[in-house]
Amino acid sequence: MIDILYCLWLRQIRSFLRARGRVVSALAQPFLFLIALGLGFAPIFRKAGEGNYFVFLAPGVIGAGILFNAVYSGSDLLWDRQFGFIKETLVAPVSRVWILLGRALGVASVALIQAVLVGLLCLAAGRVLPDAGQIGLALLFALLIALIFAFFGSILGSVMSDAQSFSQIVSFIVTPLFYLSGAVFPLEGQTTLVRVLAFCNPLTYGIDGMRGALSGRFVVAPSLSLLVLAVSAILSAGFAQLAFSRIRP
Amino acid sequence: MSAHSRRLPAIAVESLVKRYGAETVVDGLNVSIASGETFAFLGPNGAGKTTTIKMLTTLLPPDEGRILLNGVDLAKDPMNARRHFGVVFQDCTLDKTMTVHENLWMHCALHRIPRAQRRLRIGDVLALFDLADRRDSMVSALSGGLRRRVEIARALLHHPALIFLDEPTLGLDPKSRRILWAHLQHLQKECGTTIFLTSHYLDEVERFAHNVAVIQKGRIIMQGTVDSIIRYAEKTTLEDSFLFLTSEETQTKEDRAVVAGA
Repeated sequence: MIDILYCLWLRQIRSFLRARGRVVSALAQPFLFLIALGLGFAPIFRKAGEGNYFVFLAPGVIGAGILFNAVYSGSDLLWDRQFGFIKETLVAPVSRVWILLGRALGVASVALIQAVLVGLLCLAAGRVLPDAGQIGLALLFALLIALIFAFFGSILGSVMSDAQSFSQIVSFIVTPLFYLSGAVFPLEGQTTLVRVLAFCNPLTYGIDGMRGALSGRFVVAPSLSLLVLAVSAILSAGFAQLAFSRIRP
Repeated sequence: MSAHSRRLPAIAVESLVKRYGAETVVDGLNVSIASGETFAFLGPNGAGKTTTIKMLTTLLPPDEGRILLNGVDLAKDPMNARRHFGVVFQDCTLDKTMTVHENLWMHCALHRIPRAQRRLRIGDVLALFDLADRRDSMVSALSGGLRRRVEIARALLHHPALIFLDEPTLGLDPKSRRILWAHLQHLQKECGTTIFLTSHYLDEVERFAHNVAVIQKGRIIMQGTVDSIIRYAEKTTLEDSFLFLTSEETQTKEDRAVVAGA
């Protein structure tokens, strides 16, 4: 079974690396966020006594990259459903659980590779050198959000039927997830409504975890964040499996 | 192949029914196909051919009825049943972002062919279908005819006793169609593979199929050898016979009996 997982995982990696435009946009998008938001909000942030906005924003942008990359990969599944490859996997003597898992691991890995590359460039630009423990903890948070949103993308790719409206509908879902995650602004001092919405969003725990791992300042205790993310990953995997098992090509 | 499995029909379909809402798409289908034969499943567009193939290949569960592939009940043991067949769908199901070899390797992995055997088996099917020089080509760079050959080669990698071909020559030029049929005939002669196909090219069916079933509105209206069907319709070609049998006038004139193996 490991071999099947490996082949499906490798397919996602190859597919990503061979689509040069996708590689470039996946790496460029976080920097556009960083530059556009960073230049706009940095002076306000500094005046408010919150310190360097770029340092604050970098984990948020990395988290956003993972979110967008993983969720939009659901369109690959929709594409496979519409243009055939899914049938090749569904008539093979393999449980759909493994097919979904192999695909999700591939998607999560692609998102993680992108996150690592963006993270390295941010660290180099900020001349920050975290220790191995900090990097390991940040990667663990990144991996968990990559898995959650890879499964979430699989749900969308399984239940939606119109490839053309996929990106519009996904934008409608993903944009609030991004803005209500503490990626762009600190959650301290926000209204109760914003805080409640943010703490219902698993991305919040992932971004706070990555930020805390690198800076030492956590809003939520890291153990609690890891627990929330682990439970979210299990739930999203369960719902993804349910949706995937109902695909009728 | 054991003596036991040789006696079993390759495909046995009993009272198969599929409904989409209030519409019955497949309505009480009964078919028995012997091992090693080429069986053509014909019908006008929307007759229920593709839905039937989807049920035969475990992609769709039937609402009623039973399907046995080499004696394995699809409903009871779909995983085991999937080992017995290969399938080439109407639309290309190759991954166009991968090479020919990568697609074949993926199929080997999905069918749990041991790694040590994969290289040999891939080499064999590439040679069988004259694709050895295309091994490392991207699928996106192949012509329609070559893609079809790759798909059929892929479907044979796990040595299935039965292969489903849904419109295998659709969209191919005459030369590619001829090459494909030559490969299929060679395959059947060498390996005794049972071929279940649908096609709108009835001249090809007339030349290559042993038995034919004609389906209309989800029901089999005629089944038998190509010759028996032509004789029954009192026509000179299978195409004319098919058009006669599926015409509205013929439909209302009589309730046809199945011509079995005449």
